[in-house]
Amino acid sequence: MKKILPLIFTALAVIFAGCAKEHHEAVIVAGSTSVQPYAEVLAEAFAHIRPDILVDIQGGGSSAGIMAVDTSVADIGMSSRLLKDSEKWMWHVEFARDGLAIILHPDNPVENFTIEQLRGIYAAEITNWKDLGGKDARIHVITREEGSGTRAAFEELVMDGKFITPRAIVQASNGAVRQLVSNDKNSIGFISLGLVDRTVKAASLGGVAASRENITDESYSLYRPFLFITNGAPEGDAKIFIDFALSPEGQRILSLEGLVEGMNP
Amino acid sequence: MSKYVFFILALSSISALALITIFIISRGAPIIGEVGFFDFVFGMTWAPGRGEYGIFPMIVGSVTVTLGAAALGVPIGICCSIFMTEFAPAALRNFFRPAIQLLAGIPSVVYGFWGLIFIVPLIREYLGGPGLSILAGAVILAIMILPTVISITEVSILALPPEYKAGAMALGLNHWQAIKTVLLPAAKSGIVAAVILGIGRAIGETMAVIMVLGNAVALPQSILDPVRTLTTNIGIEMGYASGTQSQALFATGIVLFAVIMLLNAAAQFITRKK
Amino acid sequence: MGLNAKNKKARSKERAAKILIWSAAVSVMAVLFFIVVYILVKGLPVVSIGFLTEIPSNMGRSGGISSTIVGTVLITLVAVAIAAPFGIGTAFYLAEYTRESIVTRIIRFCAESLAGIPSIVYGLFGFIFFVIYLGFGYSVLSGGLTLAFMILPTIIRTSEEAIKTVPNIYREVSMSLGASKWQTIYKVVFPSALRGIANGIVLSIGRSIAETAAVIYTAGSVLRMPSSMFSSSRTMAVHFFILASEGISMENAFGTAALLVILIFFINVVVNMLVNRFIAKGR
Repeated sequence: MKKILPLIFTALAVIFAGCAKEHHEAVIVAGSTSVQPYAEVLAEAFAHIRPDILVDIQGGGSSAGIMAVDTSVADIGMSSRLLKDSEKWMWHVEFARDGLAIILHPDNPVENFTIEQLRGIYAAEITNWKDLGGKDARIHVITREEGSGTRAAFEELVMDGKFITPRAIVQASNGAVRQLVSNDKNSIGFISLGLVDRTVKAASLGGVAASRENITDESYSLYRPFLFITNGAPEGDAKIFIDFALSPEGQRILSLEGLVEGMNP
Repeated sequence: MSKYVFFILALSSISALALITIFIISRGAPIIGEVGFFDFVFGMTWAPGRGEYGIFPMIVGSVTVTLGAAALGVPIGICCSIFMTEFAPAALRNFFRPAIQLLAGIPSVVYGFWGLIFIVPLIREYLGGPGLSILAGAVILAIMILPTVISITEVSILALPPEYKAGAMALGLNHWQAIKTVLLPAAKSGIVAAVILGIGRAIGETMAVIMVLGNAVALPQSILDPVRTLTTNIGIEMGYASGTQSQALFATGIVLFAVIMLLNAAAQFITRKK
Repeated sequence: MGLNAKNKKARSKERAAKILIWSAAVSVMAVLFFIVVYILVKGLPVVSIGFLTEIPSNMGRSGGISSTIVGTVLITLVAVAIAAPFGIGTAFYLAEYTRESIVTRIIRFCAESLAGIPSIVYGLFGFIFFVIYLGFGYSVLSGGLTLAFMILPTIIRTSEEAIKTVPNIYREVSMSLGASKWQTIYKVVFPSALRGIANGIVLSIGRSIAETAAVIYTAGSVLRMPSSMFSSSRTMAVHFFILASEGISMENAFGTAALLVILIFFINVVVNMLVNRFIAKGR
């Protein structure tokens, strides 16, 4: 019995000896859930070229990622919206462009919106599908959380100053929004275009379908930048990873995944 | 010498617990001062992006979901306790009790997920609305507080002197009458404590309900409306909150802290008042 | 009402009450079975050797969950390794070295209240304090420390109760035989209270493993196998939450949940049984 206490302390010491390694042995990339799957693909390809550099990807949302970079919790932040004025001091690069898809349940007869209709729906001015040519049913509006880059992009591109109704259902990631819309016939949501799959359908805007081509020629107007952000100019392993994302090989991978070329590369 | 070691351990633990308390209060109090207590607690709009920090819709959310859970879970829980103490044969009792323990151990996210795939679609199909609602949250939480209610009620009933029941039966009451008119009232304080602690558990739950409540920031108008609780508000906004917004979250933490302390004090007061 | 009529009424009431109570019990059992069996039926087929030994890939759609298992073990280990000595020591100090007073009652009330604080509040504290303020970042350390704070009040409370149930006569006999206070504690009181203390620790372990809210913002959600205290890591509960709420892979979600339920069952029931039997025997 007497030996237990010293044993516990030794165990603690051994555990903490593992802390002797320096912090951040990996490059920590955190932020937008829209950017996350693409960052993961990049990281997996990157691991083949530089297996010595570990890259850890985390979600949390654009604002969370920006804050993580600001507080040095993360090395690289991912954002799916433009930086606010208070954030512009941070180094950033637009490494790709992504579309914003308005998604509906595949069985929903409605296929097309005008921007004004979309704004009306999200401001709770239009509340029934029959006003849009659909069934007589209340529209279940789904939005992202406040810190979401996707939401910020949506607000900027669609809402034109109006507020998204507080009665909207809030989900904390693209995947959660998609899952919800795929289950609820009367719902509407917005997610990253690259994440649209067969469980939901993307509506067209003013007759223009949401597709990569229509974003490249800018006929589909809902698109936003994907940014990598660092605290000060990137250096060390973080810089190597970002350079890879911007390299022709990295850009090729991203466009294979459905993204559009960004402005900066 | 050993007293010294134990004293250090105790002092460190108590300092750690004090640290949390002070940290939360110091981070949350300023905003209550800034926004004003009434505007914070009774403000109808939660929109940190626009500088609005009213948590009343979340308070309503927490209260309605919790009361709903209690309304569903307490009667069933009490019935189960009576079952265990009065009606179950010994073999069944030995099976029931670990089963309740297992129920208590299931992670809350599993309950939330189960609610998402079964309860929410049921509500959406047959009662209307998006399914993500106060009702869904109340049903899930009712199941989750059952172990608390059942175990404490069971303990209170078992603690009653056997003479109570024997006396009642001797007076000619049948089994149920004995339970209803003698045992339950005698165990009342324990039952009330069980209910209070069950409510405390329900108020504190986050992950199970974040998946089924819908998390809308507006005041709900029916039990089929999506809603946000004090806890899920913290959960959703925590990752990106900075400055004033994070202060508002800590202030929400203070509110929760105060509520739990009140509930605990009430439960202790009632059980002491024998 | 005649006596016969009264009796009949009372008996039908009794029958109704019996039906009500039995239905309550049966429906609770049914719900429990439904949840557990559904998870196991859907999840166990997914659990294979590969599932247990490979790390997740493609955001969790393929591969296994080995890194989350390791993450869970590490974080729980850190939490218990820190909270247990401090919690048990505090309990001993309160029970053995102090007299019952206003101060001890306040401490006890505070410990009780803190035990009831929602885990999300601990998560918020841990996030701001360990991850950001102390600079530990998303890490096993941040997660473990946060959990340690969370389970500390429970360990103090259950240990103190266990110590208090040790009959005073044991202590008096020990002291009268010439043993010192310290010897009395570790040779007499501690072994007697060990069963209750161990039960409290097992309870806390079960709670830590199931915990999500306090861990997701402190240990993070990285999929890689943690390599040190400062690695960010996902626990099984967090992994399940992300897979399920984002619809990434229902299959793997069920597999993770099945593993979690089995693990918690194992800890709560089996370990408790072993602890009780082993300790009862060892005396």
